[in-house]
Amino acid sequence: MTERFNSLRAGSDGRSVHDVGGLAFGPIDREEHDLALWEKRVDAMMRALGSPTKRAFTVDAMRRMIESYSEQQYDATDYYEKWVRALRNLLLEQEIFTAAELDAKIDNVRAAFIAEGRGASHEAVPHDTGKGVAP
Amino acid sequence: MSRTASARAQRFNIGDRVRIDSRPSAGHCRSPSYLRGQEGTVTAIHGRFRNPEQLAYMKPGLPEVTLYKVRLQQTHIWQEYAGFSGDEIEVDIYEHWLLPAGHA
Repeated sequence: MTERFNSLRAGSDGRSVHDVGGLAFGPIDREEHDLALWEKRVDAMMRALGSPTKRAFTVDAMRRMIESYSEQQYDATDYYEKWVRALRNLLLEQEIFTAAELDAKIDNVRAAFIAEGRGASHEAVPHDTGKGVAP
Repeated sequence: MSRTASARAQRFNIGDRVRIDSRPSAGHCRSPSYLRGQEGTVTAIHGRFRNPEQLAYMKPGLPEVTLYKVRLQQTHIWQEYAGFSGDEIEVDIYEHWLLPAGHA
């Protein structure tokens, strides 16, 4: 099992990359944001896999994975991007599936999208256009 | 948890003045840096839980450690705090990150 310690934030006196309370990051954005469909799916997958019946990983392991991202990665990714990367990394780390199996599945899904004319690309993320839908 | 374990005396009690340790951490840790070295008062004892610093690495996290609610004064934490002078913050801190107040 790969154990990665937290990445440190440069010039922050040894703080982990996520541990920014009190550092100069400007005002906090207090707006509520609508979630994209893929973000809701990531949320559901994370909760299902961490549930007492599945226990694929702990919420603490998810935090540890996110805290191991480099400062550059950490600052460049938004909330659910951090989650989906952690999800992938933890499932690989815990050997729930292999990288080859994941790549093959992604290829299958992409091919299916293209066959349906849904214009899948490497960047395409299905977006929930319904505003205000209850989670 | 056995009765003996559940009855194990915790190090601190409600009302005790405590200091959050200012040591560095290398892995997953639930004690935020901006509160390390700060002093406050224990306002609740949540119980004993598996250690998240071990759970993060998929280890058992045993023995369980006592988790406390600690109340701190915002004006003590932020030198230029602009809110009300009596504003407080409450944070959950595990026992192995707490020292008696006044401890170096």
